[in-house]
Amino acid sequence: MRLILDIAVTHLVHRKRQTLVSVLGVAMGVGFFIAMAAMMQGFQRYFVSKIIDVSPHIIMKDEFRTPPRQPVEQRYANGAVRLLNVRPRDERRGIKNGMVVIDAIARQPGVAVAPTLAGQIFLRYGTKDVSATLYGIEPDLERRVTFLEQDLIAGSLNGLHTTANGIILGSGLAEKIGASLGDSLSIISPAGVILKMKIVAIFRSGVTAKDNYESFALLKKAQILQDRANVINQIRIRLSDINQAAALARSLEARYDYRTESWEETNKNVLGIFVIQNGIMYSTVSAILIVAAFGIFNIITTVIHEKERDIAILKSIGFNEDAIRGIFLLEGLAVGVIGTMIGWVLGYGLTELLASVRFSVEGFVKSEGFVLYYTFKHYLIAGSFAMVASLAASYLPARKAAAVNPVDIIRGGV
Amino acid sequence: MNRKPLIEARDVTRVLPGPVPVTLVWDINLTVRQGEFIAIVGASGSGKSSLLYLLGLLDVPTLGAIFFEGANTTELNREAQAKMRLAHLGFVFQFHFLLPEFTALGNVMIPMRKKGALGEAEIEREARALLAEFGMEEYAHRLPEELSGGERQRVAIARALANRPALILADEPTGNLDSKNAQQVFDIFKRMAEKNGQTVVVVTHETHLARQTHRQVQLLDGRIAANG
Ligand SMILES: Nc1ncnc2c1ncn2[C@@H]1O[C@H](COP(=O)(O)OP(=O)(O)OP(=O)(O)O)[C@@H](O)[C@H]1O
Ligand SMILES: [Mg+2]
Repeated sequence: MRLILDIAVTHLVHRKRQTLVSVLGVAMGVGFFIAMAAMMQGFQRYFVSKIIDVSPHIIMKDEFRTPPRQPVEQRYANGAVRLLNVRPRDERRGIKNGMVVIDAIARQPGVAVAPTLAGQIFLRYGTKDVSATLYGIEPDLERRVTFLEQDLIAGSLNGLHTTANGIILGSGLAEKIGASLGDSLSIISPAGVILKMKIVAIFRSGVTAKDNYESFALLKKAQILQDRANVINQIRIRLSDINQAAALARSLEARYDYRTESWEETNKNVLGIFVIQNGIMYSTVSAILIVAAFGIFNIITTVIHEKERDIAILKSIGFNEDAIRGIFLLEGLAVGVIGTMIGWVLGYGLTELLASVRFSVEGFVKSEGFVLYYTFKHYLIAGSFAMVASLAASYLPARKAAAVNPVDIIRGGV
Repeated sequence: MNRKPLIEARDVTRVLPGPVPVTLVWDINLTVRQGEFIAIVGASGSGKSSLLYLLGLLDVPTLGAIFFEGANTTELNREAQAKMRLAHLGFVFQFHFLLPEFTALGNVMIPMRKKGALGEAEIEREARALLAEFGMEEYAHRLPEELSGGERQRVAIARALANRPALILADEPTGNLDSKNAQQVFDIFKRMAEKNGQTVVVVTHETHLARQTHRQVQLLDGRIAANG
């Protein structure tokens, strides 16, 4: 085995430039993968953790996925009855027996639940009119379900209790209307109720859509504003294990019929983009590694062509086909291993470089640079990709070398 | 001499297939006994090298079979033949073939390292001793390209002897040597045959060298014309 390695190494060492090019090809594939993966996964994980922190893990809404079946349809399920122009009954919206449902859900372990009445409002301050979503909340329950309290940059959640008509605005929203902590504004609801409210706190979650469009008040005040006494239309749930969200959402929906979304479902558009993003990343890196594999294929094919005579000698000495094949597979593997190791260093350097880049963007979430995710796993994935590529690239030529018939070469002479 | 037959060609014919098939050797029957030192002689193109490849299990007869220690080697698979070459055969090619990236010493060590029966230090000692026998100890660390044709040939012979093979097949091993060195190579072959009981089959053009062997086999157009 040592001998085979020795022979493989001499072959590569005597072709320094070609070897270097192949090694660098592999190194670049590995390095870019690590840097890209750190960047993309960093962003994705940051985003997901933001969502998980900022929003409830499960939201139950006073909606149904399928419109309610009309009594006549229920009666004649398979009958030749067709209803047209049905006017739905003017049902009272809201989750029926909301507080009872909340109590039932809260009894499960690892679950925190809060009631909410969400509705549209207008904020009027000075000459500015801005629309926003107002969430009526119970602060003591809310602080266990979302990170609203942690995200406050001014004021406090208790302000809702201590001030007669308190409201909490997102930082973007406050900026839009030009109001700040302590200012009083007029809140107008679609139900026609107008209330003077005082800003008792401002939050910034980092999720642009929330900061620009959301506001919070006491549940009672929201119910008055929307003229819907004792009604809640959302139940917000936080779990100690977020991986249970989808399953629990399904079982709650099956039980109560109300549309119940886990955070994955609520954000499935964005999570879908992540899948595409990852696909692009993997194909880019595969492309680099395929090019690198061609480099390996090329060098090994060249070596085998130049070394036909040596192969014949080795075979005449008594090297079997496995040993000959082993020499050239080892050469491919060596390029792969060295390339991978250089690639690891390169990848580490690139991620450090990315980490030092500073800029400011406001997309889905606000950020001031690349959020990077460091994990040993990326190094392993890149390394295994490179190994597979280099072994695959050397396999065909190695097999050809093993099949060389020594006498054919030797008879040729000189 | 009543020794065991070491290698035997029985009714061996080798034809290269092709649009115009070429007959390399035709109906060869040859027995070489253990400890024998024989010469194969004949005109250029008479099939000497071809016969040697067949005896060295590098080529496979079209008809007939090669027996080694009474066992039919033609029936063996390539893997087993490779094993046999490593363990029992030493081959010197007409055109000295050394591995260009290995030194003289490295080349001689390769068969022993492949066999793996000895430790690295012991292998090196043996290899140096072999080089010394051919007056090449000072050139141990030279690459083949730094050696003359004759020096390379001596390294190639030393390599063929590396695993103390039972059978040594040498194709014009003295082609590039002066008469003094050529004589020395033949002396070594003779000693290996007579002292160690190794079998040596050597192809040569030079009649005065051929006459020093135990027996001369004369080839003519791929057939044995004279044997004895
Ligand atoms: N690949 C080949 N294709 C066609 N003919 C071949 C081939 N190899 C050898 N021959 C022919 O087979 C015959 C035997 O060749 P071989 O090399 O065994 O002769 P030789 O006795 O060793 O000659 P020399 O003394 O010149 O080395 C020659 O006539 C040669 O031309
Ligand atoms: Mg010849």
